[in-house]
Amino acid sequence: MATDLQPLSALAPGGHAVVADVRLAPESRGRLLEMGLLVGTPIELVRFAPLGDPVEIKIRGYHLSLRRQDADQILVRPR
Amino acid sequence: MSPTDSSSPGSVPRSVRPYVVLTGNPNCGKTTLFNALTGLRAKVGNYPGVTVERKEGELQGAAQNIRVLDLPGTYSLSPQSLDEQVARDVLFHRLPEVPSPALVIVVVDASNLQRNLYFATQVIELGYPTVIALNMVDVATDNGVSIQTEQLSLALGVPVHPIVASSGVGVLELTRSIAARAVQPPSPSTPRLFCELPRNYGLEAEKLTEALSQSFPETRYQALAEALLILSDERIVQSSPRRYSPALLAQVAAARQRLESQGVDWRSVPIEARYARVSAIEQMVSTCAPIHGDSTTDKIDRVVTDRVWGLVIFVAIMALIFQGIFSLAETPKAWIEWGVESMGRWVSRQMPPGPLNELIELGVFKGAGAVAVFLPQICLLFFFIGLLEDTGYMARAAFLMDRLMSKVGLHGKSFIPMLSSFACAIPGIMASRTIESPKDRLVTILVAPLMSCSARLPVYTLLIAACIPRVRVAGVLELPGLVMLAMYLLGVIVALAMAWLFKKTLLKGPTPMLILELPPYKRPLLRVVLRHMWDRSRLFLRRAGTVILGINILLWFLASYPKDRAAESAFEQRLALAKAAPAAAGVSTQERDAAFEQLRKEEAGRRLRESFAGRLGRGIEPLIRPLGFDWKIGIGIIASFAAREVFVSTMSLVYNVGELDRDSDAGLQTLAQKLQEQKAADGGAQFRPRIALALMVFYVFALQCVSTVAIVRRETNTWRWPLFQWVYMGALAWGFAFLTYRIAPWFGLS
Ligand SMILES: Nc1nc2c(ncn2[C@@H]2O[C@H](COP(=O)(O)OP(=O)(O)OP(=O)(O)O)[C@@H](O)[C@H]2O)c(=O)[nH]1
Repeated sequence: MATDLQPLSALAPGGHAVVADVRLAPESRGRLLEMGLLVGTPIELVRFAPLGDPVEIKIRGYHLSLRRQDADQILVRPR
Repeated sequence: MSPTDSSSPGSVPRSVRPYVVLTGNPNCGKTTLFNALTGLRAKVGNYPGVTVERKEGELQGAAQNIRVLDLPGTYSLSPQSLDEQVARDVLFHRLPEVPSPALVIVVVDASNLQRNLYFATQVIELGYPTVIALNMVDVATDNGVSIQTEQLSLALGVPVHPIVASSGVGVLELTRSIAARAVQPPSPSTPRLFCELPRNYGLEAEKLTEALSQSFPETRYQALAEALLILSDERIVQSSPRRYSPALLAQVAAARQRLESQGVDWRSVPIEARYARVSAIEQMVSTCAPIHGDSTTDKIDRVVTDRVWGLVIFVAIMALIFQGIFSLAETPKAWIEWGVESMGRWVSRQMPPGPLNELIELGVFKGAGAVAVFLPQICLLFFFIGLLEDTGYMARAAFLMDRLMSKVGLHGKSFIPMLSSFACAIPGIMASRTIESPKDRLVTILVAPLMSCSARLPVYTLLIAACIPRVRVAGVLELPGLVMLAMYLLGVIVALAMAWLFKKTLLKGPTPMLILELPPYKRPLLRVVLRHMWDRSRLFLRRAGTVILGINILLWFLASYPKDRAAESAFEQRLALAKAAPAAAGVSTQERDAAFEQLRKEEAGRRLRESFAGRLGRGIEPLIRPLGFDWKIGIGIIASFAAREVFVSTMSLVYNVGELDRDSDAGLQTLAQKLQEQKAADGGAQFRPRIALALMVFYVFALQCVSTVAIVRRETNTWRWPLFQWVYMGALAWGFAFLTYRIAPWFGLS
């Protein structure tokens, strides 16, 4: 069901989800995929930076940070 | 010239010395392992044409000479930055100056197995003899993860050595294994592939492999790996444009089209397939005991990235570093200045007086001093940066600052170079190496010197003391302090504005995504940090030092030639006469000495005024007239091109105050008084506040520093950018100084 998808950045800090779709431009998506952010990967939103941007996420056991505008383009299915 | 080859007589010739390369993800402990393997005698240089650090050393404890090359940290073989491109090119043996590796050591972070294995399997597929150094086993254990090395070795088909690089556990066994394997004759293995591709993808990859092995027969073992990369990533072709023939590119495009028509996402399929395999391997070889409670990193991060505390801690750390670079460097700086100067004087005393003598004392030694005085600041900065990087805080600093920096189109990592530039633009510009995106890095380099560095401080101090009245503003603040603050702020604001402008115009381009790993915190190893500091500082001395020295000699020449023999002998005569004259009654020896001193100062002043620099000063007078500056200031501007603080000593020569004791306030005060007394042609004080203000503003912007020009040349590898920077900053300086001169009277400063 596509209805319960939401942007990654809409998760609350500490929220868990599964990556459902990465809607970034193909050129910039490549590196994220290579870092293991693939459809079906469990993901946790750890926190937002003190100034609200970027966000910190945890995938495959390590921490990564992305800008909010990019995190908006990653759709997840909350768990 | 190859920076790596130092064949001493008797050493084995280059071609037969086995070559081992060390590769792995960023933060996997590669550098720590490199240091453990090679000891203290590594050579650090750059790859030709790029400012990517190249580290090479000799394997310690091996019977044979085995060279170890440390590659930049890399997430995958599809490069995203210059660093990664170099790593890729070495691994594909595309750099003519790096021989094909006899052995590849992939460092794998055991506490981050999946992502590290992603890269490791890519490298194994290249077909070189490969060894896995499974590092950070201690961290994995702390996380409750245990890994069966034999199983992993079986799954990957290459030997696996568990190690803890930071404490040396397992390094000996690894060394033995490397030594044994590196000298074996290469036995090409059958290509392995760690991703099960769908049938149609596999067929396309095979066809492309065929074509590649025909065009590049020497790399046939890597053809499959290369075929997969160029098929799945369009940037591969862009990053090595001349490698592939149009026919081949057409073939790639056709293959992609066929896949697309079959509904296959040619970009993600190989990545997904590889991750599927890698997670299967992880499940097979590791067991994970659930750990309760948070890790240390989580606990630290909760404070360090807290809304309030995070910023407080950040500001405190930055203040400490800034203060450290600013003040801790002062004493060693003074010592170095003193040391180089006394050495110069000693050498000149050993030689007969004459032009050569002057060249050596005033040109060479002063120039060498100009290089060496930067060393303490640079060492300190690199020490702090090393500390921040090694603990893992650097990534957090970028995480915290990204929001602010992204407002002007920059990356969080640009913050440190900009901050360091307050102390000195040179270490600041060198610190920009941590920025991956070449455009962001260039913008950072272009605006960094707008930060008021410590060399501007004497200029500001002198002019403020001379011309800014000590009046109170709003009851508590004093005007001189406010003016000083205004100069610093002006630099910052314009730097940010220019960064924004450059990103919008000249260096436009899609803002690269921020993909920033936040590695776990680590206890820093002092020897690693010191080593890092020393390596980079030495690189500065070698590369920028020579240029700075050369230009300083040139400037010395301009300031001391041509000589006016007649005037000089007249001076000698007057001095001799004065000395020979019997001491008049009532004149103490002190007063006599003072009179001699005065004569000497006047002579030094005359020489400078009539030198090439003096003539140039007069030459540029029409240009600086609209700013309210006269030819004397012109001389100061020209001479201070060597370094801004030279303005102060030059002014004192021009006004016959004599050589200034640079660090003493008394000297500055005398000069300030002298400047105050100067009468311009129209009878008013020449150093009127509006002129002083305009001059300060000029110094905020003008790139009056050859060392910066030299280092920018070095870091950008072309003269184009330093020249552009010099011109744009000069234009800003002129414009803002002009405005200041015109607007100041409105505020009652005339
Ligand atoms: N606990 C532990 N820490 C380690 C180990 N190996 C390295 N470290 C630490 O991990 C941090 C990163 O190590 P580096 O050697 O700088 O990592 P690198 O892979 O060279 O990183 P890049 O320079 O980004 O490529 C440092 O603080 C090391 O002290 C290890 O086996 N165990």
